[in-house]
Amino acid sequence: MSADHAHALPAGVRPPTYHHFEDLAQQEESEKLGMWAFLITEVMFFGALFTAYTVYRNLYPEAFMDASSKLNWKLGAVNTLVLIVSSLTMALAIRAAQTGKYSQVIWQTVATMIFGATFLVVKYFEYMHKYHDGLMPGPTLFFTDVFGEHTPQARIFFSIYFAMTGLHAFHMVVGLGILTWVLIKARKRYFTPDRYLALENVGLYWHFVDLVWIFLFPMLYLLGAHYGLGH
Amino acid sequence: MASGTDPHGSHGGEHHILPLGVYWAVFLALVVGTILTVWSATIDLGRLNVIVALLIASVKAALVILYFMHVKYSSRMVWIFAAAGFFWVAIMILFTMADFASRSW
Repeated sequence: MSADHAHALPAGVRPPTYHHFEDLAQQEESEKLGMWAFLITEVMFFGALFTAYTVYRNLYPEAFMDASSKLNWKLGAVNTLVLIVSSLTMALAIRAAQTGKYSQVIWQTVATMIFGATFLVVKYFEYMHKYHDGLMPGPTLFFTDVFGEHTPQARIFFSIYFAMTGLHAFHMVVGLGILTWVLIKARKRYFTPDRYLALENVGLYWHFVDLVWIFLFPMLYLLGAHYGLGH
Repeated sequence: MASGTDPHGSHGGEHHILPLGVYWAVFLALVVGTILTVWSATIDLGRLNVIVALLIASVKAALVILYFMHVKYSSRMVWIFAAAGFFWVAIMILFTMADFASRSW
């Protein structure tokens, strides 16, 4: 029962309320709003890329289908599931902090990091495969002619693919860094039922990164699917 | 096991703890949504493929935002903040595409 653990809390676990706030609840609400304000900038950031994608996809629908069918949808689907599991473990880590289950905060955080790292490993193999196929933006892509008359337009698809998944993967790397900080703090029992807002804000970031992928997967991997899955 | 009630009553609805079942239900819905996404892409629906894919993705996104990100149990202010970004992106894409569609390319 969580109450037993609660007695083991170090003294002074309630975070201080700063003088410009009415009370702790208002202070925590402000911290949470700050995180959401940051996420708005992130939504706009990825939103601009989704806008570019929408315009080019409508300009060159056939080329986008051709190019999309070169991506490995199975790896994309596996990575989607991996991220969903990592979002679940992240949410459960926060719940463990809310209920004072200290060891569970630690292992749910570790699980989240393992699934996050799994995503990046899969992504690495996908990128290497695309590199060897000459589909990575840079000199190789510009000498590749596997798309016939669609070649210049297919290059745009791959530029967008690498820009969007690359930025997404960068967010994952940053997330793993933040989770390392969470792990260090969690081992010191920093997150308690009275003080878990920092962990909740980390969770907001992690879930947001999952959210981006939920849209990226069908938009990038599945365009050519109905004329033959299995690239 | 702590239920949906706040065991630390002293400071408001901020510390709302969801039952474990909610997290697992959302997780299962997200897995089912992913399977539906792949399955629907294998069927040639023409222009409708995009709409179906976006619809499923939007439902999945809403589940993550409402339950994993706890927005359903947050203040009105958080609701506004959470909606604002998507609202502006919708304007960006809709206005861009309105321009796109009204040109003779």
